[in-house]
Amino acid sequence: MTQSEIQAPPVPRNDVGAEAVIVAKDVNKWYDNGFHVLKGVSMNVYKGEVVVVMGPSGSGKSTFIRTFNALEPYQEGSIEIDGVRIANDLKDIEAVRREVGMVFQQFNLFPHLTVLQNVTLAPIWVRRWPKAKAEEIAMRLLGRVGIAEQAYKFPGQMSGGQQQRVAIARSLAMQPKVMLFDEPTSALDPEMVREVLDVMRNLAKDGMTMVCVTHEVGFAREVADRVVLMDGGVLVEENTPEEFFNNPKEERSRAFLSQIL
Amino acid sequence: MTTTSSRPIERGAPRARQTGPIAWTKKHLFNSPFNSVLTVVLGGLILYVLYSLLSWAFVQAPWAVVTENFAQYMVGLYPSEFYWRVWVIFALVLSLAGVSWGILARNQKQLFSKPVLIGFGIAALLLVILPMTRPHLVYSLGSLVLLGLGAIAGQALGRKSSKAPQLISAGWFISYFVVLYLLGGDNFTASLLYTVLFQVGLGLLAGWLLSSRLSVPVLTQWLGRLALLAVGFVLGYYILGNVLFPILVSGLGLSYTFFLVLMAAVGILLGIAMVLTFSEPDTLEGVGKAALFLIGFVAVYALMGLLPASLGLEFGLERVRTTSWGGLSLTLFLAISGIALCFPAGVSLALGRQSKLPLIRLFSVAYIELVRGVPLISILFMGQVLIPLFLPEGMRPDPVVRAIIGLTIFSAAYLAENVRAGLQSIPRGQSEAAQSLGLNKPLTMALIVLPQALKTAIPAIVGQFISLFQDTTLLGIVGLLELLGMTRSLLADPNYLGDYAPAYVFIGGIYWVFCYGMSYGSRQVEEALNTDLR
Repeated sequence: MTQSEIQAPPVPRNDVGAEAVIVAKDVNKWYDNGFHVLKGVSMNVYKGEVVVVMGPSGSGKSTFIRTFNALEPYQEGSIEIDGVRIANDLKDIEAVRREVGMVFQQFNLFPHLTVLQNVTLAPIWVRRWPKAKAEEIAMRLLGRVGIAEQAYKFPGQMSGGQQQRVAIARSLAMQPKVMLFDEPTSALDPEMVREVLDVMRNLAKDGMTMVCVTHEVGFAREVADRVVLMDGGVLVEENTPEEFFNNPKEERSRAFLSQIL
Repeated sequence: MTTTSSRPIERGAPRARQTGPIAWTKKHLFNSPFNSVLTVVLGGLILYVLYSLLSWAFVQAPWAVVTENFAQYMVGLYPSEFYWRVWVIFALVLSLAGVSWGILARNQKQLFSKPVLIGFGIAALLLVILPMTRPHLVYSLGSLVLLGLGAIAGQALGRKSSKAPQLISAGWFISYFVVLYLLGGDNFTASLLYTVLFQVGLGLLAGWLLSSRLSVPVLTQWLGRLALLAVGFVLGYYILGNVLFPILVSGLGLSYTFFLVLMAAVGILLGIAMVLTFSEPDTLEGVGKAALFLIGFVAVYALMGLLPASLGLEFGLERVRTTSWGGLSLTLFLAISGIALCFPAGVSLALGRQSKLPLIRLFSVAYIELVRGVPLISILFMGQVLIPLFLPEGMRPDPVVRAIIGLTIFSAAYLAENVRAGLQSIPRGQSEAAQSLGLNKPLTMALIVLPQALKTAIPAIVGQFISLFQDTTLLGIVGLLELLGMTRSLLADPNYLGDYAPAYVFIGGIYWVFCYGMSYGSRQVEEALNTDLR
């Protein structure tokens, strides 16, 4: 608890207003077995901002961002997405999830559908767009992530990097307000990491609000507006990337950086 | 490496590689004295067995028990003056099979490749040679031709229309009822098919068409709502037909026919008036939709009530009671009905077992565990012996229907477990990904998890279908004359005393052909659905 009390105030980016897309306050979560995984974590994410969440494994960072689209329930505190509070008894949880895109470590593409069907599925069934419109937008998105010519392949026929780019396009097709990335490059072969990071970089450049759990220091340095370090279910440090990597405030940040740099 | 290094390298021209049958035999069968002895001994044994088999099949076996009763094996005690109905069914099924084959092979350049032609040739040759099929050559060869023509037509259709697969599925669905009608005749149909399925089905369809501008199809995307609709229609059907209409008819003192005409006219006029009144029916909501739908339904129901009288829908097919059904046709009818019913039931039970609602889960678990703990034969006995005791005269279902219900109850429980295994094999990431895209739980299940689960479960599911097919033999014990039961009763004939072997070999072959066909088909389906690394 003491750690979160002394945390620095959020550092809003200069060129954005103070409109918060995600407001998480004192989030507490216990697993079913009683393990206290999130110990009063607070964080705001502002429109157009890129926040990179780092931390050792088991620090609760994935769990934390999974609470943003209610894939994980939490017990205490509050999380608001674009003004809507995520509660466990929320009736229309799908309405929140529509606005929050998520990219998973294991891609989680639907293997029985073609790439194009993967991308158009949610727009057609959830947004109720006509098929032609959904396919047109999907093809544009696939072009943006550089795999338009593979639209009719199945995910099983593609490399990991290509699959992850399809997964990004699939999330973007719903035109979310914020994108969550849960270690998007951790399951990739080294030579494919770059193609995925390039897509994410372009996305950030286009002004997408993003929360990324990642170990890619280069990406964090270059793209992030803010870097957040979590450890043991607590938000240890919140800082600009330059300050965080060159001159961290906390002893634990220094220890963590010495291990990964 | 090790084998080549010990030998000196031969110079000059390389030795010619020995090929041909003699070299092969030498290399594989006579490469050492011991193997040569083994080859000779085993070869002799195989030849001896083959010789005795062939001499039994062609010389000793009293095939009369098969050839003289071929019709009984196929259709049991079905009256011979109505055999033409069975031929119509046979032709219908073969044509549909041909069309399906053509549609499946729509992307193949040549439909009649060499192996296919050889297959056709062998089938035709067998029909000509075998003594039991020779009397029916015109019909059987004609059906074979229909199969080929159907395939050509199917391929043309498949290339032209992307809706061909749905069309042929609908064709099979409808053909089931046509077959039922042909087998059972008018009365049977009047009691089961026409009154319930035909009227309600067409009423539903027409009510839907009449209100199609109201985007009712959106409703159909929701399985639950559709089920609700169906229940509503069936209820409405009975209330309209059995309560409301009769009361109105007697109250107004009209003839029933005139009343139906009146209802149809009023309904149609009301429907037209409503469509005209609302300039944009698409925007009609809730009550308006329901009202128009109801009007359409009543109108069509009334029209349907008029149809049989005006068209003389009693085609004059004499009733053939199910007690006369038998042989292979009954076996197939039981198996197909059981498979068609146990599949949706099994999937529902599997989903129910995973439900978060305790009542549904409890029911599913209780059902599955109860049925799996009881042998099939006891369920079948219960169906044939116990159920009639509980129900009053007139409400007792037909023995064949009871058999189908018994088979369905039993197989659904096993199928549910197969499907559950499939459901559990789908990683959690799949449903998480679907949910993160905003799909709700029913959509996630219907579009993402279930298709994949069923795909992984295909071998197990088809295995269950095969065992259901084989389990129909148990119905011989409870008194139905399906293929095995018919054989047993034929063997009781003193003329064929002791001629077990040919009869059982014959029906064993029939069972094998169908079971192998199913497992071959399942492998084809699996291959077609395989989306990994083509």
